[in-house]
Amino acid sequence: MGIFDFFKSRPQKSAQTAKERLLIIVAQQRGERGTPDYIPRLKIELLEVIRKYVNVDPSAVQVNLQKEGEQELLELSVVLPDKDGG
Amino acid sequence: MSEVIVVTSGKGGVGKTTSSASIACGFARRGKKVVVVDFDIGLRNLDLIMGCERRVVYDFVNVINNDCSLKQALIKDKRFDNLSVLAASQTRDKDALTQEGVERVLNGLREDFDIIICDSPAGIERGAHLAMYYADRAVVVVNPEVSSVRDSDRVLGLLASKTSKAEQGSGSISEHLLLTRYSPERVASGDMMSVADVEEILGLKVIGVIPESQSVLAASNAGVPVILDEASEAGMAYDDAVARMCGDERPMRFTELKKKGLLNRLFGGG
Repeated sequence: MGIFDFFKSRPQKSAQTAKERLLIIVAQQRGERGTPDYIPRLKIELLEVIRKYVNVDPSAVQVNLQKEGEQELLELSVVLPDKDGG
Repeated sequence: MSEVIVVTSGKGGVGKTTSSASIACGFARRGKKVVVVDFDIGLRNLDLIMGCERRVVYDFVNVINNDCSLKQALIKDKRFDNLSVLAASQTRDKDALTQEGVERVLNGLREDFDIIICDSPAGIERGAHLAMYYADRAVVVVNPEVSSVRDSDRVLGLLASKTSKAEQGSGSISEHLLLTRYSPERVASGDMMSVADVEEILGLKVIGVIPESQSVLAASNAGVPVILDEASEAGMAYDDAVARMCGDERPMRFTELKKKGLLNRLFGGG
């Protein structure tokens, strides 16, 4: 560090940005961890079937696999659009 | 009892082979019988870092295909009697490594060695999968950089699910985080994530922190693992990491910014 560095403005802390981004990414990755590989494909196929009848948004279909003790519960929720057809 | 340790990372270029070579030498220096195995089929590199590239006759794939015995393929290190290298093949055949073959070779090595270090290729494909599959312990090499940290989290997920131990429910692999290419100066200026940042993100303590160092390149140029450069900070940091892997307590070194005197601060240098 030379004498002139004292007069420069401090650089933005990019490490802090990196950390914040990573905390989100890692939480997301860990949420997906342990779910079976077929879930993403199942979601796509379900969406195709539903779309034959109702025009729903891709984000309207949620597939969750939950474990409750010995039982595994596959939960499917579809948010249907308004009656006027969204 | 013998122990299989995989050195892995997901991302390439973070220092897996450098770390494998140094960790292997570190255990050998502590009197363990050690073999280090290059799983990077097609892109053999460990032999260069270990400095034995001219003595490779048979390789890992030759052993799997029964072209030679395991003993014939093992290259004895010139510095340590109790250290051997099993080189990767340079074949372009992706399917050269078979699960059955890898298991057979590792079982053979378990009979003669205390520590078996598996130097994983980058990625999460076949070679990387097989390198970690039979491991008892894992060293995840990570740089304080976004893509490396994300990839290492993916690899931690695979270690928890896609290994023999996890699949058979016979306990879990113990995981170590090894932070490499660390620069306390850049951490101090806010341009690099700190040890604490990486530990917080991954939820795992580091087993060692290797400072970014000129001596790493010099060591690979010479074919002498950097841990053997006892004057270098990187070498000392690797020795600390191996000591901790053996259960010793060692304080972290080289992670704090060196204090500069006032004159140094004003006029730069050093």
